[in-house]
Amino acid sequence: MTTFDAVKLITAREIKVKLRDKAFLFSTAFFLLIAIASTVLPAVLAGGPSTVATANRTTAATLRQAGLKVDAVADDAAAERLVRSGDVDAAVVAGPKVLAMDIAPTDVVQALSTVPPVRLLSPDVIDPFLKFIVPFALAFVFFITSFTFGLQIALSVTEEKQTRIVEILVSSVPVRALLTAKVAAMTLLAFGQIALIGLVSLTGARLAGVDPVVLHLLGPAIGWFVPFFMLGFVMLAALWAGVGALAARQEDIGALSMPLQMAVMLPFFAVVFLAQNAPVMTVLSYIPFSAPAAMPVRLFNGEAAGWEPILSLVLLAATTVGLLAVGARLYQGSLLRTNGRTSFRTAWRSRTAVG
Amino acid sequence: MTNALNVESVSRSFGDRTVLDDVTFEVAAGRMTGFVGANGAGKTTTMRIMLGVLAADAGRVTWRDRTLDRTARQRFGYLPEERGLYPKMTVADQIVYLGRLHGMTRSDAIRGTAALLDRLGIGDRAGEKLEKLSLGNQQRAQIAAALVHDPAVLVLDEPFSGLDPLAVDVVVEVLRERASGGAPVLFSSHQLDVVERLCDDLVIIANGVIRASGSRTDLRSRHARPRFAIEVDTDAGWLRDQRGLTLVDLDGARAVFDLKPDADHQRVLRAALDRGQVLSFGPVTPSLAEIFREVVR
Repeated sequence: MTTFDAVKLITAREIKVKLRDKAFLFSTAFFLLIAIASTVLPAVLAGGPSTVATANRTTAATLRQAGLKVDAVADDAAAERLVRSGDVDAAVVAGPKVLAMDIAPTDVVQALSTVPPVRLLSPDVIDPFLKFIVPFALAFVFFITSFTFGLQIALSVTEEKQTRIVEILVSSVPVRALLTAKVAAMTLLAFGQIALIGLVSLTGARLAGVDPVVLHLLGPAIGWFVPFFMLGFVMLAALWAGVGALAARQEDIGALSMPLQMAVMLPFFAVVFLAQNAPVMTVLSYIPFSAPAAMPVRLFNGEAAGWEPILSLVLLAATTVGLLAVGARLYQGSLLRTNGRTSFRTAWRSRTAVG
Repeated sequence: MTNALNVESVSRSFGDRTVLDDVTFEVAAGRMTGFVGANGAGKTTTMRIMLGVLAADAGRVTWRDRTLDRTARQRFGYLPEERGLYPKMTVADQIVYLGRLHGMTRSDAIRGTAALLDRLGIGDRAGEKLEKLSLGNQQRAQIAAALVHDPAVLVLDEPFSGLDPLAVDVVVEVLRERASGGAPVLFSSHQLDVVERLCDDLVIIANGVIRASGSRTDLRSRHARPRFAIEVDTDAGWLRDQRGLTLVDLDGARAVFDLKPDADHQRVLRAALDRGQVLSFGPVTPSLAEIFREVVR
């Protein structure tokens, strides 16, 4: 059996186990619900147009033209009664005066007013809401995914070590096949989960009638996000595997992975809170740990030149290769040391222990 | 080309503690070789090195006259000292998985697993998660994991610990079968009576050094002192005054004695016959436990 066959076989097992894991299924379902809720609910909750009661025929025609539902009544008193009883949202009485219970009905007011034409000299292409939500969403996806799946890698490595099955595994397949398969399985699962959530959100957005221009704008940012995410995920995954191998029991993982947790969390907060700070974002978009979130955000905001994502991606790729080697060395050096927690130094030095 | 497994001058230290010192022995094809030694003597370390789970500082392990590599080890069945399988996976799933990791096709692995689990008496538990099984049945599953891929060589670290007598019989039967099929079978145990009953060859290790190795009968005769047991119809106390022997044990009509190098046991027998009836007379073969104690002393 070749190393590649072994990797395929181990990857398949890891995926199969995860797909039967209730926690994983629940979290996927939970994310899907959030995706559906955040895209479909606002449209559903917004409700239909306001209903207006009026006795004036001309007003009624104007209101109808503005797309409002008009209830033609005999006189102003009847109109006011309908408002008070809650049968209509507002009424237009002689004056003209608009009656409503507690909130001024802007759509009715707008339909009755003349608005002067506005010409923006420097239009902001991007909606301020999107400007806030896109960095948050990208950073959140990278943070949550690399964190939860990374932890899963560490747990699965420690499980094999703790149950000692690792000795049987290592006697039949190369250690690097084990490591590669674990990282590959979690990467595939993470991507599958994100793709599913992305697809559901996109369908939801289409159904809810989100402006297609927005989706169009998001395209390139997401297109760049994928390779950044992929490399960033693999980079962290290898380190998580190393941490898992250092631990003797699953209880050790929390303390051992603290530096790694920081390396994931700090960039997340930096990108979310400093998203409007262009110089800081420029720096963040080149640091490998924050680049997967920061660079796509800069691209989305139209702040990055064409060569910038490529340079950042090359930096990230180089770091990934380096940290893969570090993770692999820690993994090999500590995987078979089942007597207690292995120190970083011991693991680093003893990579030749396995024959 | 022989099918034998050879450990050649293997040494290994952990820090400045030497665990194996120039260890050399052969596990002959078609024979059951017992590997005995006290706790910490180096049995597990030797087996780990044979399986490539640990690297040797010096020396090598060969099979069919070639240094072992991963491809060759795929044909090995290994039972590690520290047992373990995936607790959350079903018994059948993980045995199939391990079979496939050793190069079996999916259908072969499924067929082999079903047959083996039936034979080990846990066929009805195949679909259950390992953690739901009793410890004894988990041990049986572990044995299945070592045997599923129809290994050409068996290396088993304490295969009988934790097994009930019925399971021991099944495992013994399977090991005998593999050995008679021409496979070298190495197993360690500190239950010397079990080893005595099973093995054809013996390797005795103490403090990382091989103290004795060879066939069981050879070792016996090599370590047999000229010791005899006699039973007569009267008191055997007269043996005390006989020249050329040392009494080891005297109990009324029964006695055990060692002969001095130049003495003749037939002369002792004749002397006994002169005094009355001799009910039994014969050499005493040392038990494995006795040989072991003598060798590692």
